[in-house]
Amino acid sequence: MRAYSYYPGCSLERMAASYHRSAMETARALGVELRELEDWNCCGATAYFHIDELLATTLSARNLALAEQQGLDVVTPCSGCYKNMYFAREHLRQDPDLAEHVNTALAEDGLQFRGTVHVRHLLEVLVQEVGLTEIRRRVTRPLAGLRVAPYYGCQILRPHKPGAREEAPRFFEDLLTAIGATPVEFPLRDRCCGGSLIVTHRPAALSMVYALLQDAADHDAEVVATACPLCQVNLECYQRQVNRTFGTGFRLPVLYFTQLVGLALGIPPQRLGVGTELVSPAPVLAKVAG
Amino acid sequence: MARALTFEQEIANLFYVMDSNPVQACIQCGLCSGTCPAVAFMQHSPRAIIAMIRAGQKTAVLASNAYWACASCYACSVKCPQGIDVAAMMYGLKRYALWRNHYRRVPPGADFSRRFVRLITRYGRSYEPALAAPYLLRRGLRDLLDEVRTALGLLRRGRLPLLPRRIRRVDRLRRVIGQILPAGGLA
Repeated sequence: MRAYSYYPGCSLERMAASYHRSAMETARALGVELRELEDWNCCGATAYFHIDELLATTLSARNLALAEQQGLDVVTPCSGCYKNMYFAREHLRQDPDLAEHVNTALAEDGLQFRGTVHVRHLLEVLVQEVGLTEIRRRVTRPLAGLRVAPYYGCQILRPHKPGAREEAPRFFEDLLTAIGATPVEFPLRDRCCGGSLIVTHRPAALSMVYALLQDAADHDAEVVATACPLCQVNLECYQRQVNRTFGTGFRLPVLYFTQLVGLALGIPPQRLGVGTELVSPAPVLAKVAG
Repeated sequence: MARALTFEQEIANLFYVMDSNPVQACIQCGLCSGTCPAVAFMQHSPRAIIAMIRAGQKTAVLASNAYWACASCYACSVKCPQGIDVAAMMYGLKRYALWRNHYRRVPPGADFSRRFVRLITRYGRSYEPALAAPYLLRRGLRDLLDEVRTALGLLRRGRLPLLPRRIRRVDRLRRVIGQILPAGGLA
């Protein structure tokens, strides 16, 4: 069994509790053990960087140091946390002065960053580490005929990482195909949902969410699949406001990829947190049930 | 006596760690603005902001909402043919504006960020209701009603936290933060 340090991130404690539950269930079913980091702290999201970049890096450094104590690569299901931890690790490894400075601070908590563990997104772990062949082999209830829009969002792809093809990703589509679903060609799949602008600049965020929902609907998506708790909240919980603002009638369920994979593996929906949505996926999931 | 820096030099200093200095490297091609999903809500596009920095238009740059409308999606950074991390530049401008412009009208984004940092310093983790609540009352009645319906729906489904969760070693986290910022005057 593969084991990883698991960093859920703040949203998964409540707002995205179904992501947490489905991540744990689906990972276990695929032979992946997720060991939650003891006493992890917030990664800084985007807002902390507006105030102080060095401190935001230190927040991630503390979590990375905790993962190093466990001696396991760290995996997170949140794209924002992933981006922050990935680049904190890169910056600290490339800049010994920065690492020394941050380590002086971390010593207050008896911790040290050495850069010995890697940072992975859970979606990446499923596709690259578990592998699509293995996932396909374990599928017992393929989501046959379900048209799913793979919504990448931003932080899982960008900014640029060495060797990454951030402008032509296929891994989300490939995963959906592996579980028997039909990935819809969704041109805006890597366009931003507005992130925290939903709080600080509502008109901008609603217009960004509207563009995404319209594009998914135009391509006959029945479900949107996400890999980020903030994208899920923006696309699902604000559909009512989008509908009122733009005169649309979207009722498009937005599920985490871990829920879709879990369903295909035969895990009961309630154990995946299905049923806690504001836009119920029950009608479309009924099509692939049984 | 040290000579006062020009605005362009100040901004260049701000970005000294960046691989490609946006002030010098930008060729004004506009790909950043063309790829930005929030540009329609910016008073100045990212390209225009760089041109304004070069022209020394400090007051106009500090008054612009452009960087507060940036969602940090990095689409611009990936597109830039000059390798400029435009999104990182927007982060830098937010910090600069907070540092040099705090006496002016504080945009909601700045207020939100300060609230967020205070929350993390206090609890070690984020807590969505405390972040969002202060902004709800600033919206119209219909938005507020929508918001209340959404919140009740989330609450019924167990998706709204009632209390923030404090990490166990929050005192030690504060000491770590204090080492980075000995002055301690965060936000």
